[in-house]
Amino acid sequence: MAVEAVRRPRPKGGGAVPFAALFWRLPWLRSLLLLTPPLAWFVVIYFASLVLLLITAFWTTDPFTTQVVQVWNTNNFERIVNEPVYRDIVGRTVLLAALVTLTDAVLAFPFAYYMARVASRRVQTLLFAAVLLPLWASYLARVYAWILILNHSGLLNWSLQSIGLPPANIGYTNIAMWVVFSYIWLPFMIIPTYAALERVPESLIEASADLGARRWRTIRDIVLPLALPGVVAGSIFTFSLTLGDYITPVLVGGAGSTFIGNVVFSNIGIANNIPFAAALSTIPVAIMAVYLFIAQRLGAFEAL
Amino acid sequence: MKFGAVVAVAVLLATACGSTNTTTGTKHRVPPTANMKPLDKVGAGEGALNLIAWEGYVDDSWKKPFQDATGCQVHAQYAGSSDEMVSLMQNGGGGQWDMVSASGDADLRLIYGGDVKPMNDKLIPDFGSFQTYFKNPGYNTIDGIHYGISLQWGPNVLLYNTNKFKIAPTSWSAVYDPANKGVVTAYDYPITIADAALYLSKSQPSLGIKDPYELTKKQFDATVALLMTQRQLIKKYWPSASEEISMFQNGDAFIGAAWPYQTIQLKAAGAPVADTIPSEGATGWGDTWMLATKAPHPNCAYLWTQYVSTPKIQAEQALFFGETPVNSKACAEMEAQSAGSCAQYHANEPGTYIDTIHFWKTPETTCADGSENCIPYDQWVSAWTTIKG
Repeated sequence: MAVEAVRRPRPKGGGAVPFAALFWRLPWLRSLLLLTPPLAWFVVIYFASLVLLLITAFWTTDPFTTQVVQVWNTNNFERIVNEPVYRDIVGRTVLLAALVTLTDAVLAFPFAYYMARVASRRVQTLLFAAVLLPLWASYLARVYAWILILNHSGLLNWSLQSIGLPPANIGYTNIAMWVVFSYIWLPFMIIPTYAALERVPESLIEASADLGARRWRTIRDIVLPLALPGVVAGSIFTFSLTLGDYITPVLVGGAGSTFIGNVVFSNIGIANNIPFAAALSTIPVAIMAVYLFIAQRLGAFEAL
Repeated sequence: MKFGAVVAVAVLLATACGSTNTTTGTKHRVPPTANMKPLDKVGAGEGALNLIAWEGYVDDSWKKPFQDATGCQVHAQYAGSSDEMVSLMQNGGGGQWDMVSASGDADLRLIYGGDVKPMNDKLIPDFGSFQTYFKNPGYNTIDGIHYGISLQWGPNVLLYNTNKFKIAPTSWSAVYDPANKGVVTAYDYPITIADAALYLSKSQPSLGIKDPYELTKKQFDATVALLMTQRQLIKKYWPSASEEISMFQNGDAFIGAAWPYQTIQLKAAGAPVADTIPSEGATGWGDTWMLATKAPHPNCAYLWTQYVSTPKIQAEQALFFGETPVNSKACAEMEAQSAGSCAQYHANEPGTYIDTIHFWKTPETTCADGSENCIPYDQWVSAWTTIKG
């Protein structure tokens, strides 16, 4: 590009608009100026805060006044590795995030398939509205609604008892968290899956049928592989949103429902131990880095 | 800049501790601001007052008359936890705040952090009518120096469902009893460890627990072990008063530690509940208005403290928030504003009642006997994470 640009004849009277001419001659300068603000924002706000987080994780606090003491050590990380409770908490968080992702994928796929390939235009619009409608309500309102359903005298137990079944006391348990998370993040799985399914060319499905493949074979060998990047893209949302959440565990969780986010929160909000909170925060960052690397390999970013 | 300041403070603290250790021979720490002389008399207000407060502590209904009378414009920043108050006071170098309405579990951290300075109780006319305990509570008074003026307090009571417990429980053992599996609740905060320590101090005297906030390694481990067993019985640790209220209303919990506020709310909603202070006694909280070391408006701060210590404002705040005034003369005012409220909030109880309450204070390494064997607060926090799992 640059070479090409130099070879072009100089515009007459270029001195009148020196900057325009300069940009015209040096296209990279234009790109540089255009990209600097967003890049600077990204580097300063996002990257710098991550670096600060990482540095803080190697400091410690005065146990009594809780002021940060800038002495380099790896105590925070040793504590996380050596104390079994943190392994339990990290394990629980990752496991639940994976379970929620799996549940949402299973629930979203047929729904998105129907929306993208079966429903009429009118029904499609209606379904879209239905998927997005919960996002209009506050996150807290939706979680509290679930508490009303799942608690001891809630809708679930009331319904079970009115048809003569024993009550299911799943309020304030990890099962309740699984149900609530799966509900809350479902739209984030449906939409990318829908987008991917809509892009599967009709011609491929017809070709598959022409070659004698039955419906299930076509879905397994044509639709699923082509829709997979969409599902993986959706899973980035469901997985990372569950991984980082700390409100639902407080509200719907019971004893033994602590998430990484809750420990981070209590170390900042209660203990004022910011270095330890920083050390803990690096865990989800690392997990997401690995997750995104795998997702990228599966082509999720082309589907977004 | 800020990092430098933090380091400077840390170094200052380290040297301050070191010098006292070597000169006195005991490990008794002297707060950095102990030698600062408080005001002798209250002058004219400076026209402004910046407060860090619990939500509801600076309500318009008593803020407005104060502003009109003194000309001190009140700017209040609400904080959601003791620790948020500590970090607000510590960050930014101080100097922008005049006072903080800290609870006992934050007070010592502010005092030893040098964030607050001595106050002169002689400048508070109502100080004389304070309940005796709240004149010199250990959480805001050290070596006879007041680092703040007590405000309000409340006990952590044992709340129970009267349909499920026909006979009122007389001991905290009810919340550790396997018979109550799945219906117990407890406050989701590290200071709850003190509740268990208080129970053990009576049920296992061999451990030798004297003060539930001063636990040696052995006592602390026994307390944590008790709480780990209790977790099997816990339905949910309540993170806020409203959560506990809804758990009692919906039948998810029948028994657990609570504040009088929850009992009052539940009773008002017609729920079958009652509360009691069991035979072991109870923990409780006491709030204090503390004066920031670099307070820019000290006269307004004293005017405010005088004002909120008067029986009328004490009663107004107690009724507004659901807590107990420290001014013994506030009882009549409470009755005038809402009949029966004085007894309901235990504002008329004698000193012997208050003596059964072990008020929240920051656990520190230094025990009362001067030894360094006690478990400090940061370990309480990490133990609490372990207990909750």
